[in-house]
Amino acid sequence: MSDPVLSVRNLNIDYIGAETNFHAVKNVSFDIAPGEFFGLAGESGCGKSTIAFAVSRLHRPPALIRTGSEILVSGRDVLGLNDADLRKFRWREVAMVFQSAMNSLNPVLTIEAQFYDVLRAHGPISRAEARARATELLKLVDIAPERLDNYPHQCSGGMRQRIVIAICLALNPKLLIMDEPTTALDVVVQREILQRIDVLRKRLGFSVLFITHDLGLMVQVSDRIGIMLEGELVEVNDAQTIYRHPQHPYTQRLWASMPKLHGEQTRREPVL
Amino acid sequence: MSDAILTLDNVTKVFGRADKPVYAARAVSFALHPGRTLALVGESGSGKTTAARLIMREYTPDEGQLLFRGVPLGKGDARALRNYRSSVQMVFQDPFASLNPTHTIRYHLERPLKLHQKGLTSAQRQAAIVELLERVKLDPKLIMPKFPHELSGGQRQRISIARALAVNPQVIVADEPTSMLDVSVRQGILNLLNDMKAELKLALLYITHDIATARYVADDIMVMYAGQIVEWGAVNKVLDDPQHPYTRLLLSAVPDPDRRFDDVRFADELGRVEEIRTLSARPQPETAQAGENHFYRPFPAV
Ligand SMILES: Nc1ncnc2c1ncn2[C@@H]1O[C@H](COP(=O)(O)OP(=O)(O)OP(=O)(O)O)[C@@H](O)[C@H]1O
Ligand SMILES: Nc1ncnc2c1ncn2[C@@H]1O[C@H](COP(=O)(O)OP(=O)(O)OP(=O)(O)O)[C@@H](O)[C@H]1O
Ligand SMILES: [Mg+2]
Ligand SMILES: [Mg+2]
Repeated sequence: MSDPVLSVRNLNIDYIGAETNFHAVKNVSFDIAPGEFFGLAGESGCGKSTIAFAVSRLHRPPALIRTGSEILVSGRDVLGLNDADLRKFRWREVAMVFQSAMNSLNPVLTIEAQFYDVLRAHGPISRAEARARATELLKLVDIAPERLDNYPHQCSGGMRQRIVIAICLALNPKLLIMDEPTTALDVVVQREILQRIDVLRKRLGFSVLFITHDLGLMVQVSDRIGIMLEGELVEVNDAQTIYRHPQHPYTQRLWASMPKLHGEQTRREPVL
Repeated sequence: MSDAILTLDNVTKVFGRADKPVYAARAVSFALHPGRTLALVGESGSGKTTAARLIMREYTPDEGQLLFRGVPLGKGDARALRNYRSSVQMVFQDPFASLNPTHTIRYHLERPLKLHQKGLTSAQRQAAIVELLERVKLDPKLIMPKFPHELSGGQRQRISIARALAVNPQVIVADEPTSMLDVSVRQGILNLLNDMKAELKLALLYITHDIATARYVADDIMVMYAGQIVEWGAVNKVLDDPQHPYTRLLLSAVPDPDRRFDDVRFADELGRVEEIRTLSARPQPETAQAGENHFYRPFPAV
């Protein structure tokens, strides 16, 4: 097996408070292989976004990573990067689509200008070259090049979401992190976006860290899945095992609490 | 069926320039009944939030009208309007925007209690806050002194739900109240809404992208596309025997762990999406009936 793209070892993260600290991520370790689609699921507040921010080195105080924690991207120590290395690392090694990404575009810039900013930050590029590259990237997410001249508010939520993903792919990152990228979208648009990502990662070879609380969706698209409970990673398995033979009682309870589309509707109780 | 508490009668709302109008609501009619939940599902951008904002009177209809207990609204009766405002509460789609970052969670819940339940002593208010937080599965001691930014997305959403429940409303419009919540917390909230509906005879409009939860909580359902309600009726009839192609498309896209995304069958479905979208967007004033309490807009023949 080839070396992992992402390797997380003994990750411990606290939120520092005035009186007490909150231990949000507890001794978490996992790997993501090249080209792998890895899902991270778990209940609200279990620490998923906290891990995503740490991996992309976007965590800020009061979040504090304990010494002894290790995050390696393609073998390089992410936590030890200096500012200059960090600039090269962002977008090129790891790109992140945030929770509520469709609101993360700059409202006063055209779509073209936002591509230009990312592309230019990583080496000299002419306007014309940037436009050509942006056109190519939009094609990957099935958006017409005319949209380059639009402002974000002229695009629907689903389009904005796809544009953010295209920008994230601009510098061929090795790892794409998507934190609840489709919660605000209808299931048809959600499926379109995730199927496209699935095709793209197979074509371009990048890995994906996909965060959602929709286990059914996660099984459809992920190769392996990690289940988190209150800061701990309690089960990591391939998607079919998580679905058909969940090992941890908590994973089993998660499935049992999901409402069904058809058939008899019995009252279901929350997991915890 | 019981009498409607709130009715939208042929409401149309148009945005944009006259030469390029966007019909966010096109002759939309429906009614909310005490003790019943009506689900509203549909494409992003189809007009679901617009319907909610029309009910909240943030938008006025370009055509058609709203009726509260059978009486048309907006005839300048200040008392009726005040009564309407305290009876109809909304839970918003975006918990980030709806909480004030400079105030604690205690403050967010205390304020509506002070405004709408003036008789309460400070100790009673305190007890009410604790009860509300426990209802939405948060630890009152831990959460009350916190500020919104110290909570996860899901925790914040639970606060806005608790806040809407604080004033004992008769109608709740919930715009994707659980879209950021995980299954188990979602379950607690849905059970809570179900219980409140039954115990307090609440009328609920539940806007969602999650059709399985709509099935779970709703009595009736409407499917919206491009400002039109394209199919509506009893929730089990619409979901088990969908008539409109957009309803069918929506149901086929519901996450299903038994179908991997690389499944070849998906390719055909994807090929038809644009065609279904184009045809569903056409105005269709006619109504067809599929059965008792099950209606749809006839789809143009291809
Ligand atoms: N800035 C902060 N200060 C203090 N505590 C925080 C802060 N940000 C997050 N937390 C706490 O850390 C825990 C993990 O939060 P995180 O946002 O990682 O959860 P999550 O799994 O992404 O949840 P969700 O599914 O709701 O987005 C939560 O209990 C939250 O209250
Ligand atoms: N204030 C406004 N000005 C101009 N256009 C608007 C306004 N509000 C909504 N629209 C447009 O009306 C249509 C319906 O929007 P609405 O927000 O009601 O959709 P929605 O069904 O709630 O979508 P989502 O599922 O993404 O929340 C969209 O095309 C939107 O761009
Ligand atoms: Mg999160
Ligand atoms: Mg909306």
